[in-house]
Amino acid sequence: MDSILFYLFALVMIAFGFGVVMNRNPVTSAMCLVGCFLGVAALFIMLDAFFIGVVQIAVYAGAVIVLFVFILMLLDIAGEKRREFPIHAIAIGLIVAVIVGGQIAMVAGSLDDVGGKFPPIDKAAAVEARVERGNNPDSTINTILTDPKKPSYPDVHIIGEALFTRYPLHLQIVAVLLTVGAVGVVVLSKKRLE
Amino acid sequence: MDLFTFLSSSVMVLVVFTIVLTLVPISVYLERRVSAVIQDRLGPNRVGLPLTLFGAKKDFHLFGLFQPAADGIKLFLKEDHTPAHVNKFYFILAPALVMVPALLSAAVIPFGSTMDMPFFEGRQVQLAVANVDIGPLLIFAIASLTVYGIVIAGWASNSRYPFLGGVRSSAQMISYEICLGLSIIPVLLYFGDLNLGRIADQQSRDGWLLLPIAFGGDGPVVDWRTLLLLPTLLIAFIIFTVSLFAETNRAPFDLPECETELVSGYHTEYSSMKFALFFMGEYAAMVVGSALIVTLFFGGWALPFGLDNLIRDPATGAFPWWASLMHMGVFLTKVIGFIVFFIWVRWTVPRFRYDQLMKLGWVVFFELALANILLAAILIAIFG
Amino acid sequence: MTLEHYLIAAGILFCTGLFGMIVRRNILVIFMCLELILASATLTLVAFSRFRLTSGLPDIDAQMLVFFVITVAAAEVAVGLAIIVSLYRSTQSVHMEDLHTLKG
Repeated sequence: MDSILFYLFALVMIAFGFGVVMNRNPVTSAMCLVGCFLGVAALFIMLDAFFIGVVQIAVYAGAVIVLFVFILMLLDIAGEKRREFPIHAIAIGLIVAVIVGGQIAMVAGSLDDVGGKFPPIDKAAAVEARVERGNNPDSTINTILTDPKKPSYPDVHIIGEALFTRYPLHLQIVAVLLTVGAVGVVVLSKKRLE
Repeated sequence: MDLFTFLSSSVMVLVVFTIVLTLVPISVYLERRVSAVIQDRLGPNRVGLPLTLFGAKKDFHLFGLFQPAADGIKLFLKEDHTPAHVNKFYFILAPALVMVPALLSAAVIPFGSTMDMPFFEGRQVQLAVANVDIGPLLIFAIASLTVYGIVIAGWASNSRYPFLGGVRSSAQMISYEICLGLSIIPVLLYFGDLNLGRIADQQSRDGWLLLPIAFGGDGPVVDWRTLLLLPTLLIAFIIFTVSLFAETNRAPFDLPECETELVSGYHTEYSSMKFALFFMGEYAAMVVGSALIVTLFFGGWALPFGLDNLIRDPATGAFPWWASLMHMGVFLTKVIGFIVFFIWVRWTVPRFRYDQLMKLGWVVFFELALANILLAAILIAIFG
Repeated sequence: MTLEHYLIAAGILFCTGLFGMIVRRNILVIFMCLELILASATLTLVAFSRFRLTSGLPDIDAQMLVFFVITVAAAEVAVGLAIIVSLYRSTQSVHMEDLHTLKG
């Protein structure tokens, strides 16, 4: 079951990825990008990263590519189809992609110490380790982890805990970055700089 | 996954599809009748079983309840015209892109309580397709894909009015998604959970979020901690509801299809069943939105005042099958009540201007939602 | 499913994106290929996080990195698209061949 789903979503992801590259019409490319990201998000969810998967859909498919489509529509680039794919670029692109792909395959093939089967999540060991680190045994995450009725593990809670206990500075830096980005976009898209 | 889980999930998929797709014509019917009441006229009350055709004395009207069926048949029989100047592929794809996300996001809504199966001893079934731990986030993520249908419809129609409608709607939906997401953070902080099933369950024990009075539980009748938070939750509710109006392109924020300026916006070029899919997609989004509001703020399937505590099985927390079916009825009643509210607002409030809409979203709601999060977080940190 | 499966899938996606960046001439499409490459990198990170359990749970640090990557990528796309729009305003084109002002 799992392997069928993996091949299905990987195929969706890669086929739409090819669609992005191969299509003349940029709007089709953007829609293929949506399909590709949905495949990536499905793979994330298969890897038990529910929060990251949903954020991938909400941020990329829901906001970033809408921006792409918005710009494509406003600039009306879709009508412009005059240029062919240059042969020498295709040759160089193929060579580079094959070399890099071969390297990735070699690295991935040599990872036998990490690889192996899908390791099951061990919730009892997790609670033990957390309590050992000084975490309150009755905290929300620990009670969810020890609850036998819940099959999945609370990844949103754990990400939230990590974000606000171990990475608060990083979070604030990213927030500042986003603000600066928003201001920068407004300045850039003004017609004339006074 | 054993056979029982597989079968019960499949049945739930069917049930949820049927419920949402039945609520769509019901809301169309309500839209016509409620607008008629508001405008002091009768509305469609004739369509029924045409018994006079078969020799009976009188037709069977039943308040015109068959009007949606007549609408559907009319739309089916109309000519499905595809103009020559459109981009065919996207023109046909766009209506589906509006309808599918609306139906998909219904998957995580809990339509009823956890049910003790009557014929399978010891088995319990959640009356939701997917009882995931990221419910509201998943709904927002999937609902944000609706915008593609509208944008692509506007672009593929290759004419001016649909294009303007598509551009307007993409800007509007992206803007209000932010308010929508920020506004419910106080609610999620209060529950400390993103699982809609558990959120509804907690409200069945402690009373609805906006009506925190519970008899029959183990706690006090009124929880003072919730009372203290009630103002922030109320602000969250108001922002969420108004943003949902904008997100589903309902009046008073139906600028993408504003007929006085844009003919009928992004679906100007559409006819027959393709138009009907846009129409149904809008109503399905409204149904799912109402269901989300009900689940978060009005207890989901729970009876008011914690009355569920009297029939709950204290050991497992599950309900007998008849109580679960009753909960489903309670939930649907609340959802229909909210749909009537949506309709009521549509026929009462005049349409906003586009700059007013954007100002409301970015200048008022965005800041208000952020301040509300801060206030709720401080209150919970001190008294929680 | 083993880790290698996920790594190979991510690798193919990476190569697709790289190929697109070299071949395509439309800046917007090149930008999209960049997003493909980022997505493949995040897929690798999440796969490593799931397959390398730390005390029974997936390694959450990798997922935090993915979270920050997604956030930064959103800002990057917004700024990049604004630059492309102002570029289009001055040259009326988004094709690489037309953007040779610095070539002399």
